[in-house]
Formats: sequence, structure tokens, C-alpha cells
Amino acid sequence: MLESLGDIFNLIFSVNFILTVITASTPLLLASSGELIVERSGVLNLGVEGMMIVGAACGFAGAWMSGSIAVGALCGIFAGMAMAAVFGILTLGLAVNQVATGLALTIFGIGLSGLIGASFVGEKIVPAPHLDLPVLTGLPVVGRILFGEDPFVYISIALIVAIWLFLYRTRRGLELRAIGDNHASAHALGYPVLRIRMLAVLFGGACAGLAGAYLPLAYTPFFIPGMTSGRGWIALALVVFASWRPGRLVIGAYLFGAVSILGLALQPLHLGIPQQMMNALPYLATVVVLVLISRTRGTAGSAAPASLGVVFVPDR
Amino acid sequence: MQLVLEKRAERSAVIAVASPLIAVALAVITFAILFAIMGKDPIRALYVYFVEPLTDSFTLQEIVVKATPLVMIAVGLALCYIANIWNIGAEGQFIVGAVCGSWLAVRTNGTDAGFWVLPAMLVMGTIGGALYGLIPAICRVYFGASEILTSLMLVYVANLGLDYMVRGPWRDPQGMNFPTTAAFDPAASIGTLFAGTGRMHAGSIIALVVVMLAAVLLGRMIMGFQIRLVGAAPRAARFSGFNANRLVLFTFAISGGLAGLAGIIEVAGPIGHLDPGVPSGYGFTAIIVAFLGRLNPVGILVAGLFLALTYIGGEGAQISLKVPLDLTKVFQGILLFYVLACDSLIVYRVRLLRTVRKSVPAHA
Repeated sequence: MLESLGDIFNLIFSVNFILTVITASTPLLLASSGELIVERSGVLNLGVEGMMIVGAACGFAGAWMSGSIAVGALCGIFAGMAMAAVFGILTLGLAVNQVATGLALTIFGIGLSGLIGASFVGEKIVPAPHLDLPVLTGLPVVGRILFGEDPFVYISIALIVAIWLFLYRTRRGLELRAIGDNHASAHALGYPVLRIRMLAVLFGGACAGLAGAYLPLAYTPFFIPGMTSGRGWIALALVVFASWRPGRLVIGAYLFGAVSILGLALQPLHLGIPQQMMNALPYLATVVVLVLISRTRGTAGSAAPASLGVVFVPDR
Repeated sequence: MQLVLEKRAERSAVIAVASPLIAVALAVITFAILFAIMGKDPIRALYVYFVEPLTDSFTLQEIVVKATPLVMIAVGLALCYIANIWNIGAEGQFIVGAVCGSWLAVRTNGTDAGFWVLPAMLVMGTIGGALYGLIPAICRVYFGASEILTSLMLVYVANLGLDYMVRGPWRDPQGMNFPTTAAFDPAASIGTLFAGTGRMHAGSIIALVVVMLAAVLLGRMIMGFQIRLVGAAPRAARFSGFNANRLVLFTFAISGGLAGLAGIIEVAGPIGHLDPGVPSGYGFTAIIVAFLGRLNPVGILVAGLFLALTYIGGEGAQISLKVPLDLTKVFQGILLFYVLACDSLIVYRVRLLRTVRKSVPAHA
């Protein structure tokens, strides 16, 4: 028992494990950053999983046909935005229930990605290259962790910093938060509630599409139907976990990234735990974390934007 | 010019009836365009999808077989959705129901256990699904956790649980190492209704009974009234002293139980054993069925048959038109978009506004 504890300890603090955690966390961070902005504007888009999987299919298709990872990533981004546009038109333009539309987006996305990806199953691409700086990458321990990642990792970090700056240091960010907290007042003050929400939704789609594209472009260099396997839903839970704050989102994404690959990493140690149990860990952890977070926060001090998920139809 | 929404003074009764039909028509038109883009003859494709399955007794029975779990799950989901409670984990409850009921089938396999096995399996499946459905309900009622996310997460857990059971303890020793249980004994199976002509089974009758009971519950009983009131006017419901928490537990238990029952019927009926392929997305398609049926039990019956038709039509199209099976899911997704959009027109009217330019006086 003690021996295997020691093995686990060594494994968790090995450079390879940390590197895998970072790659596993990046799609979660990308997708949940976008959803954070969407929810801060008062819109609940449950279709993250759908936008991600379509982003994955289109991203792979783009990269395979062009031979360029960047083109693939752009295809993923645009695919996510196109999906988000459908969501925006329905929920903002036609005032349809956001929960139901988000579910529809996921169901539709899973079908569409299967359709797009069908002809690419079994194909392979060269995955995104990793940064390689002359001296820095060669440094012991920290070298590969800090200076040897793929470009998406740096993009995801830059993105969350930008989001923090936008939300708390710019006037537009303040407007976005105001709209999310009280759309009626924001409307009365003359802010274009629906237009800003539409932009937020499109941004969320772009992030989800990029997060989806990350999977076949850097995580595994091929496309499998359903390869997002619930990451979009975990991203949604992460936003709740982070209390709608960018800083905590980073912590949450990396924690969940670690939990999600723990099962795979512990496999060689033969601990006698069924593999399915280990694979269920991220989902069970999500439930447990949601329960704990919601409980400690109580009903009065909810950190959610006050207008989250509420339909808004401007009166003239 | 600008499109704006305007609230109607009263809900439009005409559109309320017509909206699912308009949605189906729009979805079919979109589908035809999609076929044309894919280079298939749209008329022939629509015929293969929506008419051909109706011309043969075997495929007609297949439609009923597919509709059975869809209708049963969707009726339960509708009870939740009417009350604004979001159970989206019916797929997981379906799986747990199938696993719980199968336990008895596996244990009695090869013994001379009598006729009681099947009814007991159905009861166990229902209870299993209901208990699994109660987990997100309890998380919401006692801890305030969003039932949307927890119910969905539990789908993945259920899937992995099923995988473990059929690869581990319940694997058929004579199964050539395939991850499957032994075929269920006749005492643990639901027989077909018309032997030799198709796979229609007695489970469909249970689905009909479920539809009728739900219609009675919603239309004639105080619990049904509470469900509708909490959905339509939560504040009024609070003031009148209805216990919203009890309603969350009740609707989740009912919908989970129905999904579990659908799961064990599917396993004891058409499939006949338990394997990792048992969950096939019925729990998610049932969400579409519930909305297409406008959350009304009888509407759901019709909607369930229609969605079942798209499954069977899609299987036919895969063979005769060489189109991927995923096209069916795309159609189902498009259909749900149209259903939701058309539902919005019951409450709102879309108006085309000319942007009025302020006329500037020629002289000051």
C-alpha cells in the first residue's frame, strides 16, 4: 500500500505527468473561457459540447485538406461561430428558451460532426509542433513545461488574461457585466443588450470551436466521432466552479485536466481499481464539486449573473 | 428595416396547434435542400426516409419498436420540462434501468425460475432508473446544484458502469470473450406480439398505458396541476404553498423510473441480452420527442412515432442511398430548432419595422 502511494506520488510530480495535464486542461480552459464571457453577458449556452465537436470535425477537415494546423484551427473557430450564430438567432432573435436551444445545438452538433468527419475517420495529420527555444526549452524540469508547449497552450493562457483585463479593466467589460446582471436597467440606459449578447455568444462559439479543434490538431492527431466525450459539459461546470471569475477558471481547468487523465496515468501501476471506475472520475468529480460549491455558496450569495438564462425582449 | 418581436396579447391558439406541423414541414424542406447539396435526388431521398418504411409490415412494426422507448422516456421528461425542471440525463437512467433489471435475468439464467422473473425485472428496472434519477434531484434540492449538469454527467458514469458489468462480472462465459451477458431465458424476455412478421412486443402496450396515465395525471390530478402551475407561474405556486422541492424529487423519480422501465423493456424485448451497445441515444432523442409533442402526452405519442420513422428511414437510406447514418441525427437536430422557433411564435409576433429617420427641419 505504502509502496503504491509512493509510486503515485512519484508519478504525479513527474514532468511527463505535468505535461499531459497541461494538454488535457487546455481544451477545457479554452471552452470555458468563452462560456464565461457568454454567461457574464447573461446568456446560458448549453451547446458547448455541440460547438466543440463540430469545431473538432471542421478543424481536422481543414488541417487535413490544407496541411496546415493554423488553417485547421481557423476552420474550427469559424465552425464554432456558425453554430453559435444559430443559437444566438434563436435565443436572442426569437426569444426561445436557452436551455432547450443549447440542448438542440448539442444534439445537432453531434450529428453534424459525424457527417463531416465520416470521410476523415482513420486519416492522420502531423500534430501541432511544440515550442523549441535554443536554451530555455532545454532547462531541466521547467524547460519543457514552460517553453516546450504547443501554441494552443500559450493562446489559452493569453486568452484568459485578456478576458480578465477586458472584464475588469475596460468600459466594454463593465457594460457586458452590467447587461448580465440586469438587462432591463442596461437597456434603459441605452446599451444594445441583444447586440452585445450576440457578440458574446459568437465569441463563446469561437472559443468552443478552437477548443474542439485542439483535440484532433494537438491532443490526438486524428478524428474520432464523439471525441469531445463530455468536455463541453465539464467546461460548463467549470464556469460554475469558478464562480464566473477568470482567475479561478484557470485553477479549475487544470484541476479537472489532472483528474481526467489520472485514470490513464495510474493504469500501469495496477492498483486493482477497474479502469471504468477511473474513467468515470472526471464526471463524478464534476458532480461532487458542483454539490460542494453550490452548498458552501448557499442560496443568498449566488455568484451567478442575475439575468443568467432569462429571456429578454426589449420593449420600445 | 428591422425585425422585432412583439408580445401577443393572448397566446395564439391556431399557432399552438400548427407549430409542430410547421416545424416538421420546414425541417423536411431543409432536409430536401441538404440532399440536393449532397448530390442526391431530394424527392427520392424524402420517399426513402419518410414513406418507404410505412409501406411494409415489418418496418411498420420496427417503427413501433423504436417509438416505444422514445415515447416512454419523453412522457417522463415532459413532466419535468412543464415544471421547468431540466432532467437531461434520461439516457443514464435508461442504462441503469436496463442494468438493474438485467441483474435478475443474469442471476436466473439457466434455472427453471418461473413467470415471475419478467415482471420482477420490470419493477427493478423502474426502481433503478427512479433512484438514479433522484441523485440529481437530491443534489438540487438539498445542495442547490444545477440538475442540468449533474444529470448529464451521470450519463457518462452509467455508461461506464454498464461497460464494467458486461466486461467483468456478468460476461457470458460462453460468449467467445465478447463483452455481453448470456442471452436471456424466455422467462426473462418479452415475446413478440405477432411472431414471424416483425419484432413488435408487449412493451408497446405499456408505453400506451404510460401515455394515458400521464394524460390523466396532468389533466385531472392535483399533482399535475402543481406541475403546470410551478412551470407557468412559480411565484404564484410559492404563495399558494406548493412545495417546489417535493416537485423536483417527484418529477425526477417519475421520469427516471420511466426511462429505467424503457431501458429494461428494450433489453428484455428487442435486444435480448445486455451489452455496451444498449444505450443508443434514446434518452437524448426523447428530448426532441417531448418538445415536438409540445409536452403533451398524446402529442408525444405522435411525435415519438414520427421520430421513430426517421430512424427506420435513416437505416433504409443508409443502404439504398449510401448516406451516413448521422444524417438522421442532423435531421432530428434541425427539427428541434424549428420546433423551438415555431413555439416562440405562439407567444410572440415577428414584426418588420421600417427604421424611422428623424426628419431634420430645413431651417432652424
